[in-house]
Amino acid sequence: MRGRPLLRTSYEADQALFPSVTQRVAITVFLLFLVAIPFFAPGTIGAEGSLPGPDFLASSDWLRLLATLGIFAIGALGLNILTGLAGQVSLGHAFFMAVGAYTAAVFGSAPGPLWGMGLPIWVWLPLAGIIPALLGVLIAPTAVRVRGLYLAIVTLGLVFIGEYMWRNLDFITGGSQSGRTFPALEFRFWQEEAPVLTLSQSSTWFGVLNMSSTAKTYLFILVLVAIMTLVAKNLQRTRIGRAFMSIRDRDVAAEVMGVNEFKTKTIAFAISSFYAGIAGALFASFIGRTIPEQWDLLLSVEFIAIILIGGIGTVSGTLLGSAFVILLPRLVEDLTRLGERLVAEGGFWATVLDPLVSTGTGDWGLVNTSAGVAPGLSVDQLNLVIYGALIIAFLIFEPLGLYGIWLRIRNYWKGWPFTY
Amino acid sequence: MIEAVVFAQVGTSPAGRLLVDFLSLGSIYALLAMGFVIIFKATQVLNFAHGALAGLGAFLVASFATVLNVPGRWIPGAPQWLRWTLSVLAALALATLIGMVLERIFIRPMLGEELFAVAIVTLGLDIVLRTITNDFIGTQARPLGDPFGTRVWTIEGFTLIPWTIIAQVVTTVVLVALIALFFRSRLGIAMRATAFDQEAARAQGIDVGRVFSISWGIGAALAGVAGIFLSLFPRRAAGVDQSTAFFAFAAFPAIILGGLDSVVGAVVGGFAIGLAQALATEFLVGVSWLGTGFAGVVPYLLMLAVLLIRPYGLFGSEEIRRV
Repeated sequence: MRGRPLLRTSYEADQALFPSVTQRVAITVFLLFLVAIPFFAPGTIGAEGSLPGPDFLASSDWLRLLATLGIFAIGALGLNILTGLAGQVSLGHAFFMAVGAYTAAVFGSAPGPLWGMGLPIWVWLPLAGIIPALLGVLIAPTAVRVRGLYLAIVTLGLVFIGEYMWRNLDFITGGSQSGRTFPALEFRFWQEEAPVLTLSQSSTWFGVLNMSSTAKTYLFILVLVAIMTLVAKNLQRTRIGRAFMSIRDRDVAAEVMGVNEFKTKTIAFAISSFYAGIAGALFASFIGRTIPEQWDLLLSVEFIAIILIGGIGTVSGTLLGSAFVILLPRLVEDLTRLGERLVAEGGFWATVLDPLVSTGTGDWGLVNTSAGVAPGLSVDQLNLVIYGALIIAFLIFEPLGLYGIWLRIRNYWKGWPFTY
Repeated sequence: MIEAVVFAQVGTSPAGRLLVDFLSLGSIYALLAMGFVIIFKATQVLNFAHGALAGLGAFLVASFATVLNVPGRWIPGAPQWLRWTLSVLAALALATLIGMVLERIFIRPMLGEELFAVAIVTLGLDIVLRTITNDFIGTQARPLGDPFGTRVWTIEGFTLIPWTIIAQVVTTVVLVALIALFFRSRLGIAMRATAFDQEAARAQGIDVGRVFSISWGIGAALAGVAGIFLSLFPRRAAGVDQSTAFFAFAAFPAIILGGLDSVVGAVVGGFAIGLAQALATEFLVGVSWLGTGFAGVVPYLLMLAVLLIRPYGLFGSEEIRRV
């Protein structure tokens, strides 16, 4: 009986988070790889030493990219709980992220011309989740009263109202002109001068590990992502998680079975806003200074793109989607630069790529790297078009997203070489 | 972000300014909302790409009328107003065609799918269309080259631009035409049947695909008309620019207010939002604690208030649930 992957003999085995040995091994190896990434660069262990591995990943800009990925993954996990599990379409995710970010700023930033209390991270980071969660509880009754497409538009309104608020609450947000700085990722017991552990300066750990500030931030965010992912994954097999799914699938039937719709939707909004708030606080803290216009509809749409591209309702799909959506702009940019170089060099590739890359004022092409000078889309615009096109393509061809593609590949190999 | 709309009225009384603001904004919102409603009423699709279609329509008019001079270049000697009108008609015809093509490629495969999924497809469509249109528009606003130019009419002390009046006429005509379409024509019955139940409609011999196609064509054309007015008179000196497409989001409160599936509701909602915004622009701009840009969020606040009292809008049909 042992060793047959789909044979489960107990309910516990069926409900297990990581049901097979293969899965457990794969996840452990992957986590170890993620932890090892900063140590691929030469000189990170002792004076010269490093772990063997692709050292471009350990460069500062790739670590920043991976940290951003982690932050977006946290936010997307939140939206996935609300939209994927509980079935409530929300365009207001950016609003809750902003609430989290400004909560962090008010509690964590040093007192100055703008509001700030200078409290340590163990106060402001949880509060950055709790305050948006409370706000989510306030919004939830609307979702009970207003259904379906109407709810999508109400949450759309939330983003616009939020943007107006952030522009005008300039004693908190700093206004549109200058924005404000956010608390750095530093650990203190209380408001003492020297932090116990700071993530914004490089230091040496245990006498051998030379940690840059980005490497430390990356590891911190990695730990948070791991915890938040585990919670999100676990949520699916709790009573509340099952209530979410029943409300999503058929609200009337769920109520007949004794699921309290009001309570369930309220909890969904609270949890989702908690995740959004944490992601917002981390994001603002990570980039250091933002203006109110940062938290616009496009940010919400980016999260919708993440969960749709990844695979709606699945945790692993959400992580895949975050990786895809965050790494895509980088890929597009790098490919564009490569294309530009090849066109400049001439030869066969220049002929092929010339219609794609626009190099100068008179040269038409799909994409250019110097926006506003040459015709063609800028890299940012091309990214937007690709997001939009991918949302459409996945909804039409593969509603389960990247996760669905993975499932099909897995199922194909499961029976190989037989067809079933 | 949607900024408060600035009008070019000089030297009018507050009441006159208020009236003109109300009528201009109201008719734009009503036209945008009617475009939404026809698509929703026939196909149950909430079209997030409506704003992008409005921007696209206005851009087409700007290109046809000023840059390309189509079809005026083939009719030498025609007066300017005639050439401009023909350009507008040609641009709207192209917009209709684009609407139909978009429906055929992106919406038709989603026939019978969940409403959410289709709405999100249109959201993706909005991003793609808006980005590409804005890239074509560029950083400068493109004037539409309308024959009235900077001319204003002064009637009984009201200074207004001719477009304010024309927009009222167009809104009324469209409203009457849509009501006639829905309640007095075979196509209208087919549309209502399709919205009610696609499968049953098909079983009755209704060509559901044709209904989708036609309603998207009409919707895109109406979006284009709204886009033209949008770039003509609220910010009349400028013309169509990158924010034109975004402005249409402010019409969402209008359709929600009236109810997603009511043509009359769209017009009432549109004018109600227009009135609220005009009042806010007139009276609340000087109120310091409200800060800047309050008129821009008035539609959303009004929408929230109405939805909490009437979850299906003022005229929308209620979904009956019993547990």
